[in-house]
Amino acid sequence: MNQPLTKQRELIRLKKTSREFKNKRRRFSQTIAFAIIWTLGITAIALLIWIIGYVFIKGFPTINLEFLTTRPAGGFDGEGGISTTIVTTIYLVVFTIILAAPLGIGAAIYFIEYANEIKNRNRFAAWLIKTARTGVEILAGVPSIIFGLFGFAVFVSYMKLGFSLLSAGLSGACLVLPVIIRTTEEALLAVPESYREGSLGLGATKWQTVTGVVLPAALPGIVTGIVLSVGRIISETAIFWVTLGGSYRLPQNLMSSGRSLALHVYMLATETRAFDKAMGTSAILIVIIMILNLAINVSSKYFQKRLIGK
Amino acid sequence: MRSTKLNGNSKIIAKSFNLFYGEFQALKNINVEIPQNAITSIIGPSGCGKSTFLRSINRMNELIPGVRVDGDILLDNEDIFAQDVVELRKRVGMVFQRPNPFPKSIFDNVAYGPRAHGLKNKVLLEEIVERSLTAAALWDEVKDILSRSGLALSGGQQQRLCIARALAVEPQVILMDEPASALDPIATLKIEELIQNLKKEYTIVIVTHNMQQAARASDYTMVFNMNPDRSGYIIEYGKTTQVFTNPREKITEDYISGRFG
Repeated sequence: MNQPLTKQRELIRLKKTSREFKNKRRRFSQTIAFAIIWTLGITAIALLIWIIGYVFIKGFPTINLEFLTTRPAGGFDGEGGISTTIVTTIYLVVFTIILAAPLGIGAAIYFIEYANEIKNRNRFAAWLIKTARTGVEILAGVPSIIFGLFGFAVFVSYMKLGFSLLSAGLSGACLVLPVIIRTTEEALLAVPESYREGSLGLGATKWQTVTGVVLPAALPGIVTGIVLSVGRIISETAIFWVTLGGSYRLPQNLMSSGRSLALHVYMLATETRAFDKAMGTSAILIVIIMILNLAINVSSKYFQKRLIGK
Repeated sequence: MRSTKLNGNSKIIAKSFNLFYGEFQALKNINVEIPQNAITSIIGPSGCGKSTFLRSINRMNELIPGVRVDGDILLDNEDIFAQDVVELRKRVGMVFQRPNPFPKSIFDNVAYGPRAHGLKNKVLLEEIVERSLTAAALWDEVKDILSRSGLALSGGQQQRLCIARALAVEPQVILMDEPASALDPIATLKIEELIQNLKKEYTIVIVTHNMQQAARASDYTMVFNMNPDRSGYIIEYGKTTQVFTNPREKITEDYISGRFG
């Protein structure tokens, strides 16, 4: 009589221990996973801080007002400061964005807002659009030196524009065009379809809908894409080495050769003994990139507030 | 079903109207007359083409690739498919299921339509914004925060803002696609009151899933049903009181008494 009950109890006890054991094991694996993930995260951050810290510590002693405001003097010791390279970088950024932004944003608007209308009617056009979009995706992953070689072959040599701001700007525009197209596409796709319906439902035309509702709503994403492109132009070296030349003089016009900050770092490091100045210039570069990232954060918060009201 | 002729002036007339999504026929042989200055509700089980029919009246379905229509829809006895779609949508406004204010200020939301149609005069715009917001029973709540984003309002307020936005274009017909389904009961009641006030000046067609709403808030009721091939058709149409108290069709009775759908 009694025996089955004991057996049952025994079984329940066994089940309980097994459950406790399982729970323990689950907690244990959770702890291990946490430990690994934390270690990985901290290692990654530590590495980044190490690099930035190293550049700052090595670089900051050379940075002073004189360093920022005198022009490079060249030579084996990398005499002088970096004033003209800062100005050249600004020229390059402004010129490149002026070329790439309208083209990139326009292309993205076409792909997302207009291409569908043709796609359903004309199969050749549909194929063309698909090819173009695939092309953009591939170009976004092509190394910058390839764009540099293209720029060198086409703009510098074939079109005889020489090493100049013009060649560099055109090549740089080719480089960031896929970035701008992709980010703008993402931003447009993120605009809810209900905005478009709402606008069209009020009797607005397609163009009014795009400019009046869709673009303003996508603006934060588009701005982010442009700021990312600015960062790309500032930090690219190879592409400008083969298109911008390397003159440390202040560019007088679009046909002048020049030297951007990143290019200056490369040249100081490879052609001079002024390693400290290369570090100083690098520190300035890093600060600029940080400011750009901050600008993205601030602008997206600003847009958020203005558009959403929260 | 026989074509339904109702008393009063017909604002919208559908004549053997069919709609296809590619190969699939979504609406089959719709013959119906929608009276002026009245509220007509469209009810019926999910997926039987209520919204599709509503969105045909201002040609919103054209945005969907592969949509094809035949037959006629007449607005004031003019073929809507023969006229400019922008002009048509000016006359036939629409309020959507989910409130969809633009990410702009309340003022700019309401002024969007008139501006799109070329009105630049600031004084006139201010007048229209105030009139539209008042008509949408929202003015008192937002008159001091017109520059705030429309998205900062509550759901019910957002929907009334969308109604104001539609009114600002001065349409003759307002189509509403389950305008209260995303709202709480109190906000729903406000929208219903508002719709009652609007019928003096506008012809209102409203799709609803809410049987009580159709019963208490509409003058005419159109009941959609689905054919075995999944295409939608109108099984019954008449005065709301008649449809709800004395339905001609057994299916209607089953549907409104909640036996299916």
